[in-house]
Amino acid sequence: MTALKRRRLRSSLEYTALAAPALIYLLLFHYLPMGGVVMAFKNYKFNRGIFGSPWVGFRNFDYLFTSQDFTLLMRNTIGYSVAFVVTTTVFGVLTAVLLYEVSNRSAVKYYQTTMFLPRFLSWVIVGFFTWLLLNPVIGVFNKLLAAVGVEPVSWYTERRYWPSILILVNLWKWIGVTMLFYYAALTGIDRGLYEAADMDGAGRLRKMTSISLPHLTPLITILVILSLGNLIKGDFGLFWQIPRQVGYLFPVTDVIETYVFRGVVSGDMNIAAAVGLFQSAAGFFLIVVANLVVRRIAPDKALF
Amino acid sequence: MRQPFLHLLFISMSLLFVVPFLLIVSVSLSDDQDIADFGYRLIPARIDVSAYTWVFRDLSTVLRAYGVTAFQAVAGTALGVLAMALAGYVLSRTDYAWRRIVVFIVFFTMVFSGGLVPTYIIVTRWYHLGNTLWVYIFPVLVNAFFVIIMRTFFAQLPEEVFESARIDGAREITICLRIALPLSTPALAAIAFLFFQGRWDEWYNTLLYIRDKELYTLQYLLQRILLEFDYVREIAAQSPEMEFYLQTEEMPLESMRYAMAIVAAGPILLIFPFFQRYFVRGLTVGSLKG
Repeated sequence: MTALKRRRLRSSLEYTALAAPALIYLLLFHYLPMGGVVMAFKNYKFNRGIFGSPWVGFRNFDYLFTSQDFTLLMRNTIGYSVAFVVTTTVFGVLTAVLLYEVSNRSAVKYYQTTMFLPRFLSWVIVGFFTWLLLNPVIGVFNKLLAAVGVEPVSWYTERRYWPSILILVNLWKWIGVTMLFYYAALTGIDRGLYEAADMDGAGRLRKMTSISLPHLTPLITILVILSLGNLIKGDFGLFWQIPRQVGYLFPVTDVIETYVFRGVVSGDMNIAAAVGLFQSAAGFFLIVVANLVVRRIAPDKALF
Repeated sequence: MRQPFLHLLFISMSLLFVVPFLLIVSVSLSDDQDIADFGYRLIPARIDVSAYTWVFRDLSTVLRAYGVTAFQAVAGTALGVLAMALAGYVLSRTDYAWRRIVVFIVFFTMVFSGGLVPTYIIVTRWYHLGNTLWVYIFPVLVNAFFVIIMRTFFAQLPEEVFESARIDGAREITICLRIALPLSTPALAAIAFLFFQGRWDEWYNTLLYIRDKELYTLQYLLQRILLEFDYVREIAAQSPEMEFYLQTEEMPLESMRYAMAIVAAGPILLIFPFFQRYFVRGLTVGSLKG
């Protein structure tokens, strides 16, 4: 072995030692659970453990795919994901473009900071806010409705309002972050373009539609495609805290995460494991596809 | 579009983000009878601080939750950021012989996961971390995404700094700890802050793994207060003196929940927004190629 090779081997061993804490963590808490996906094909017995429990082939999946739960879960999980991406993107871009038109620097800073505030809140605190608004007896909304002579709404026993409530709450939480992303992209545009447009007599609206928006399009495209990778994932905190786990609302508020969680805490592991594996596999497929697409249109933005 | 119109639009929008906070403060300062009569209001019919008096009579449960929350947030962030920084540094080294395979090992955990069910069983049945303080730290020690972000950051450091140290015969471990990490304090601080904020808001792992009241985090405590109307009474009625107060005064259960929310979550929420630039930096570091 040459001196250079020996030196490189020694370095590599030292590097491995440095990475060891993270690698051991990944082995213990990510790779071993990955082996545990075999549970989806077993009938889990508490006393026999993951690997000792009897195999049942695809029985858990048969049960899952024929149950009504599955269609409902898929509809809710994917439906909300799409709705969340669309609403945060549309309103995030819109507010960024409008904020870019505000010329007073300290006002811009103030608006950004207030809209960013929900980023620091846990879903528990947001749950306090929504409860203050939606409490059926003393909540703000019903008191306002009463003030204008409208019948109060029993929010937690009316399914039809929940899609809108969840979409609005999610938008409220994330619009500041999305807006900041697009605002940062706008500040990267060459000011000369706007000055040239001024010379040509373009109005504010024209500059927005002809300069600002087209410059954001690549970023919008990429962020939307990348978010497709998360199409089959639900935000547990949102769906757990905001509807307060009211069973009657599950048909419109239950997503894969909350369903699996209930399975785990109730000890009903088999179907939960099957749903979990389905979600992981589909999620993997979606991320790979989303990434392939991004790599074709903007290689430097691809994840891998 | 005229400036006044834009300001009007954005001021009314920013109200949507400020009013909920004011509402919580207002309700915590209201009289319980007024809340029952008029509902939750932005301006209390009359100011009443008895909810706070009650909360401060016995703060032991809240202080205990502060202790748990702070311990797991500080220890978890310190250990996690160190492990992630070391791994990120190693993955940025082009002279590392097994780099590709290690990058893959880290990266794969970002795109595929075993899911909650096996994780739960392994954490509780194999490692026996259920209902212990360690469950807040170890199962969520490292986030592959941040490792990749750090790798990107370290890759931007000029190679010459490392070369000169290597010629002086320094070991890789020394180079990493003495040169690479100190040069990256801004990126490390941004990531540590993001990580810390996430951990401070911990409630999910309590919900999943913890039964023992002594091990509750603040956010989990708040969740129970919000969902169970009587839970504030359970928290407050811990000591013998409280029994005495309970016999003579009515406990303002409604306003107390919100007073409790302010005492438990308020202080840190006043601090976080001052760190917004770290978030923005975290976002921009993250938007670079991973």
